[in-house]
Amino acid sequence: MITGFLLSGFDRRARWTVAVLAALALLVPASNLLLPEDSLLHVSTYQLTLFGKYLTYALLALSVDLVWGYCGILSLGHGAFFALGGYAMGMYLMRQIGARGVYADPLLPDFMVFLSWKELPWFWHGFDMAWFALLMVMLVPGILAFVIGWFAFRSRVTGVYLSIITQAMTYALLLAFFRNDMGFGGNNGLTDFKDILGLPIQAPATRAALFAASALTLAFAYVIASAVTASKLGKVLVAVRDAESRTRFIGYRVERYKLFVWTLSAVMAGMAGALYVPQVGIINPSEFDPSASIEAVIWVAVGGRGTLVGALVGAVVVNFGKTWFTGALPEVWLFALGGLFVGVTLFLPRGIVGLFARLRRGDAGGRTAGIPAGEAAP
Amino acid sequence: MSGVAEGSILYLDQVSVSFDGFRAINNLSLVLEPGEMRAIIGPNGAGKTTMMDIVTGKTRPDTGDVLFDGSIDLTRLDEAAIANLGIGRKFQKPTVFESHTVEDNVALALKAGRGVFQTLFHRRTPAEQSRIDEILDTIRLTARRSHPAAGLSHGQKQWLEIGMLLAQEPRLLLVDEPAAGMTDAETAETAELLKRIAEKQSVIVVEHDMTFVRQLGVKVTVLHEGSVLAEGSLDAVSANPRVVEVYLGR
Repeated sequence: MITGFLLSGFDRRARWTVAVLAALALLVPASNLLLPEDSLLHVSTYQLTLFGKYLTYALLALSVDLVWGYCGILSLGHGAFFALGGYAMGMYLMRQIGARGVYADPLLPDFMVFLSWKELPWFWHGFDMAWFALLMVMLVPGILAFVIGWFAFRSRVTGVYLSIITQAMTYALLLAFFRNDMGFGGNNGLTDFKDILGLPIQAPATRAALFAASALTLAFAYVIASAVTASKLGKVLVAVRDAESRTRFIGYRVERYKLFVWTLSAVMAGMAGALYVPQVGIINPSEFDPSASIEAVIWVAVGGRGTLVGALVGAVVVNFGKTWFTGALPEVWLFALGGLFVGVTLFLPRGIVGLFARLRRGDAGGRTAGIPAGEAAP
Repeated sequence: MSGVAEGSILYLDQVSVSFDGFRAINNLSLVLEPGEMRAIIGPNGAGKTTMMDIVTGKTRPDTGDVLFDGSIDLTRLDEAAIANLGIGRKFQKPTVFESHTVEDNVALALKAGRGVFQTLFHRRTPAEQSRIDEILDTIRLTARRSHPAAGLSHGQKQWLEIGMLLAQEPRLLLVDEPAAGMTDAETAETAELLKRIAEKQSVIVVEHDMTFVRQLGVKVTVLHEGSVLAEGSLDAVSANPRVVEVYLGR
């Protein structure tokens, strides 16, 4: 049943996306490790890590598109799930440091020694084991999303009110994680990682492997998202987005469908965060900043809402732009981002993917789950 | 109370509901027999739509009993539960899933498991496909099956919504102004379609259009200020001086 389900996710677009991601997973690390540095096709470790980071953003964008593009839930707090996944991974990486920290405490991470804590807080136990940490990467965001979604969807909180709740959620977590006594390193967060799965985290081969893992996880998540949206459940989600009360009157329990896709999406976002942290080498409370979540929504809008592939395209294009702008014209970046969002809303209601579909077909269609023009933005 | 309720498909007794002090439904009582088609008429604000909201679980009555099938208390259930009991509703303003194809609209309404994982792993069976084909044929939208519902004309959307109702295989259909915005020919066809449906199912039709109600040729209930003003054949209620007064103004 599961295999058949996943196979149903392999439509033409998914096959292309998976092929491209698999090729990237193979070729980019190969070029980094095998080609000489003066070769034209050589990818530097810096570029590899940067692009690996984009891939984790793409996974976050995919998770946002799943809830926003298909079910109409505009989450302005998905960065919280991303950051929680990242913290779970960060805690594992902290425990891997062992006695190699500045204070050389075999058990306690540096920041705890600094705060003169005597023992490991209970919620840090287990994170020395990779399997446990990976489980938490998915469970913590998943359970938080389930609980918040349970109450919000059951009380029929929708639209802008729900967006405000998600925003408040990530802001509350931002404030909480800033506190030193929360036990997550306060505003410095978690950093100075040494090993991952016993491999030195700075080594080019490890970085290459992390890149490949990001690309393959993204491909896997894409197939799942594609299968979900192609299923009858996916059609119910779009029905909820377009006419929620009508969906209730034909007998679907809308809140359960929302809860399903919302939780699934949070788990994906958590996985994205877990892949992000070892590549950038730090996780701190700024990942909970509401503006980070809003940026993720912009990536999806730019790429094309309700298309899945658009989320990937949008995340990579906008972040490439951000890297370039913040290097070349740092003070202009925020204006460029705002202008981009306004421009896309006004002129490209279906984003980049919608534009290409229109150019190719000469109509306004394409497999964009048919978001009516003008509704691409909240 | 169970004496009258027994054997009925829908039973409303002494139902009242107020919104901010305004009594939208006032001591409304109504009994519908299985297989019956009933037309409900009344001026604007008579409480026709509110009555449908109560039956389908959108609005909870302040007082009174609403029983389905003689014994099931509808006031305790939500929209989805009521829909799954077999009560289907067509809205006044046609609401179809605009970005889905005509066929998918029918497929979503089709009687089947409504659970999250049931739909996630659902595969359309040949029986379901032939049922969809049959319904598309009935509502004459076979040619448009793979087009998005957004592109349909107003009348076609009305029909698609009726088709979605049929797909649900409800035992009771609540149909709110099915002929609104239709041409005369379409109105006549809609009346025929509803009559065909009423051969197997119970139907309540709310309508403004008297020609349409005449074409249906069924028992009529006149609502006024949230309660029943008159009941009987269209000719009988038309002759009722109070009905004339309400409709023509005093």
